[in-house]
Amino acid sequence: MSKDFLTLGEVGWLENFINEYTPIDLTYWSNETFMEALPIVAQGIQITLLLTVTTFALSLVLGFFWLLLESTPFRFVNLIFYWIREFIRSTPPLIQIFFVYYGLPMLQFVDISFTPFMAGLIALGVHFSTYIAEVYRSGIESVPKGQTEASIALNMTKFDKWTKIILPQAIPPTIPMLGNYLIILFKEVPLAATIGVLGILQLARNFGSQNWSYLEPLTIAALLFLVMSYPTALLIRWLEDKIKRNNPSLKKARERVEV
Amino acid sequence: MATREEEMTTQDQTDEEVVEQEVDYNANPIVSYKDVHKSFGDVHVLKGINLDIYPSEKIAIIGPSGSGKTTIIRMLMTLEEPSEGDIIVDGENLWKMEKGNGEMVRASDKHLHGIRDDIGMVFQHFNLFPHKTILNNCVMPLTSVRKMPKNEAIELSKEMLSRVGLGDKLDMYPSSLSGGQKQRVAMARALVMKPKIMLFDEVTSALDPELVGEVLEVIRDLARTEEMAMVMVTHEMDFALEIADRVLFLDGGKIAESGSASEVIEHSENPRLQDFLKRFRAD
Repeated sequence: MSKDFLTLGEVGWLENFINEYTPIDLTYWSNETFMEALPIVAQGIQITLLLTVTTFALSLVLGFFWLLLESTPFRFVNLIFYWIREFIRSTPPLIQIFFVYYGLPMLQFVDISFTPFMAGLIALGVHFSTYIAEVYRSGIESVPKGQTEASIALNMTKFDKWTKIILPQAIPPTIPMLGNYLIILFKEVPLAATIGVLGILQLARNFGSQNWSYLEPLTIAALLFLVMSYPTALLIRWLEDKIKRNNPSLKKARERVEV
Repeated sequence: MATREEEMTTQDQTDEEVVEQEVDYNANPIVSYKDVHKSFGDVHVLKGINLDIYPSEKIAIIGPSGSGKTTIIRMLMTLEEPSEGDIIVDGENLWKMEKGNGEMVRASDKHLHGIRDDIGMVFQHFNLFPHKTILNNCVMPLTSVRKMPKNEAIELSKEMLSRVGLGDKLDMYPSSLSGGQKQRVAMARALVMKPKIMLFDEVTSALDPELVGEVLEVIRDLARTEEMAMVMVTHEMDFALEIADRVLFLDGGKIAESGSASEVIEHSENPRLQDFLKRFRAD
């Protein structure tokens, strides 16, 4: 039956195999539709990548702000921002996307509405910044207290202490963790399809509803995510090794932690 | 005895840098502790420390562990705030400052920053900056704190690092050095800042026994040639005896004995001190 749909001889063996040995019925699969949907869905790559990169950049910056807001000299202020962050972190990003897109314009004193792209960027950027803040904090806490004491003993200013001593030691070990969050974020970006951002998923869905065939476009969407996220993971692993090589102290520091 | 005298004369001839090291006890002290107390939670560690430190004086602080030796110098380095009392550095109150109406309030960061410039410290665990080369460990404080031009800072740092015997390791990172070498870098880093008073916090305690000698050698050299005051918290009794102008024995949160090294270590009749020394020498 399914042989009627075959147009590419090379993959015919795979369909034969699936029909023969698995309960999956490929009646509704068409290679033609697959090829037709591919260029259309692929157009979403640009938007999806753009949203991922800008959202990640925003969360990297906001992550620092959380730390600053939670370490003011006023404990009350710190506590308030701690709970705000905890709240954002513990609620689903989808709700936050809906809130920013549908909810905010309805608040009278706010009175702004965002494009779907901007709403996705803001909601996901803020949501992920709460994770990023935690990553930064772990990095900073991994720097031994003696480093602060040495900077005081050398009479360095607070600014120099942070920019020349603490952060250069705190950030490199967090790069693998930041990279993992980049990949997680990349896979969360399709949430923005729910408010109509024309990324990979939304284009796949549109194609599906117009042609009444969802199998092929959704498969394409998944494959596109795979071919982009897997190499990124490899790149991050490579980067981690490179940082370790260039920074002999880092390796030592990690060994010390393990002991 | 004759050989010792010979040694002394050759030393005087060869080493012209030796500064005449007579402590002037009539001068104004550069640091004065006035009835300083310190508690950590419920533990009252220091119960009224009174101490004057004079320019170029070399002081050794000894005493049982937990007696607060380290806390004394950490308060001077502004790493620990006294619970009560004043520490005066060069005529200025370290931990308190005058508000507009003459009232004394807790010192601000800026106030501390202004005063602690003359104080340097070497730590038990070195605390070198692991992400910087040995040379940059010394250069960075000079350029960022002293605002010294970079080439000048490099010159001075190289000079100081060769003085502690590490002139050939400039581009290495601290992680590839031995404990003794790390501690010598830490001393060079503190020395380039030319402090008027230098604090040593049990600098040999974290070292393997065979590495202690090289570090003590550097301190001995400094004590002999540098005019700065030095305060050493140490467990090296013989070393304290050799280089210190004054030895303080800390016990029960107070300075129990104070005097020249031979007075305190060899002739004191304080039973607690005798007990401490006996236990120490038995190890």
